[in-house]
Amino acid sequence: MRINPRLVDRWSGWSLNVLTWFAVGILAVIVVIIFVKGIANVDLGFILKYPEDMGRHGGIFPSIIGTLLLVALSLVFATPLGIGTAIFLTEYTKETRFTTILRFGVESLAGIPSIIYGLFGFIFFVIKLDMGWSLISGALTMTIMILPTIIRTAEEAIKSVPRNFRMVSFSLGATRWETTIRVVLPSAAPGILTGIMLSVGRAVGETAAVIFTMGSSLRLPTSLMDSGRTMAVHFYILAREGISMGNAYATALVLVASILGINILAYYIMNRVISRYS
Amino acid sequence: MNDNRAILKDRVVRVLLAGFAVSSILFLFLIFAFIFIEGLPLFYKAGVGKIILGMKWAPTRGHFGIFPMIVSSFMVTVGALVIGGPIGLACATYLAEYAGRKRKLFLKPALELLAGIPSVVYGFLGVIYIVPVVRTVFGGSGFSLLATSIVLGVMIMPTVISISYDSLMSVPRSYREGSFAMGATKWQTVFRVVIPAARSGILAGFILGMGRAIGETMAVIMLAGNALKIPAGPLDSLRTLTSNIALELAYASGDHRLGLFSTGIVLLVIIMILNYIANFVIKRKVIR
Repeated sequence: MRINPRLVDRWSGWSLNVLTWFAVGILAVIVVIIFVKGIANVDLGFILKYPEDMGRHGGIFPSIIGTLLLVALSLVFATPLGIGTAIFLTEYTKETRFTTILRFGVESLAGIPSIIYGLFGFIFFVIKLDMGWSLISGALTMTIMILPTIIRTAEEAIKSVPRNFRMVSFSLGATRWETTIRVVLPSAAPGILTGIMLSVGRAVGETAAVIFTMGSSLRLPTSLMDSGRTMAVHFYILAREGISMGNAYATALVLVASILGINILAYYIMNRVISRYS
Repeated sequence: MNDNRAILKDRVVRVLLAGFAVSSILFLFLIFAFIFIEGLPLFYKAGVGKIILGMKWAPTRGHFGIFPMIVSSFMVTVGALVIGGPIGLACATYLAEYAGRKRKLFLKPALELLAGIPSVVYGFLGVIYIVPVVRTVFGGSGFSLLATSIVLGVMIMPTVISISYDSLMSVPRSYREGSFAMGATKWQTVFRVVIPAARSGILAGFILGMGRAIGETMAVIMLAGNALKIPAGPLDSLRTLTSNIALELAYASGDHRLGLFSTGIVLLVIIMILNYIANFVIKRKVIR
């Protein structure tokens, strides 16, 4: 028996379409559930108040500040390192055995799961360097974790700057560094920014690596050596220990909304860049 | 004079940037060094066989067997792949071969956003919506290999999609045109020509998806029930290598803590092997 190939063709195209919308539907369902269940508990007070009774009541202000501090501090370290590495790989060297090793390092870091980062940060920063569960331990761990994303996207962005931009700059007598700073980086800036934002999204949502390095203190961190609790960690503890479902959903709403907001903005910037060059 | 200074500055910058670039390798080295320094001694003390093939994990009483966790890690990984792999490939195929420009502009970022949802949120929603369904439909507690695989399957889809998509897109146009010229339908072209031509990239996407699943922690802790045994069926509870570390690290001390680092070594080695295979598969372009 032979099935009509045109029939197979129509049905297969239709099935692939349905499966794709099914996958997108999962995202939609997740967002809708979090929004509907969380919105009742989210108001200005939830954002600006301190948690009471382990988070059963009150807001998530310290977690928001803790998240922002962790992200900002990680970026302070990871951005120069990442962009510097990308500049070196694209502008300052040819493909040699050295760059192969460097790329291997970046790829490997990207593949290491977050719990391993947590384990490493815990033994290295928290214990061996005696920084304790603190903002600085968390930020240094997170720096290593987001570095590969920043390097790879910055590298792509720098590579996509047309060659003749550099040629013109060199022909005017500029050195490689002057060319990089004044010509290449400004053109690559939106792409680099996209990478930074994607890594911010990752840092905001991370739990396993943060909980063992930054700890989970509910107090507002006021120094680098203070422990703190990010929104993701706060959500995890609320949900896992069943402290308050209402506040868990509300925290999830703020968490997911910020991550999706950051990611959507990143894609928007990237798309504008792509349409500018094509 | 001024020129010389600029050139000198350029040289200094080069050295500085090389230093920045080396940091990644340094970090990788530090991670391996410290996890191995902490975890290896226990392999001597307790015996490699007794750890890797040992069935009993009771670290405070000197039993460090993680064999059930190794098996469990592979089981959830395969489960995730069975669920997320085919759907992921279907999405990638639709995006690469069927979707129009405008639709693609919406669908592709939307599917990538799935990767942005934090794993704790996946775990939580899994506990609220997937676990009860598994419990009522199939019985058992619901905290199971099945529930974990379903959620992990969704979580690895973005990885599978983006890498499969890239490799489908890199199949030369002439392959498709040749197939159409022979009178093949769209589906015949996609299924018999394009997908086989992109198979190495698709395989790499699956392997990297496995890497993501085997390394996933928070969602697994919340969904898998964390029982210390080899699951006998899809409805059994299980504990993976990652969950073992995350569940006990906060309070472990002495040999118990070292045991968690030994668990970390095994996990790290598995991940590096998977990444190596994926890289190898990507580099070996198979175009017949």
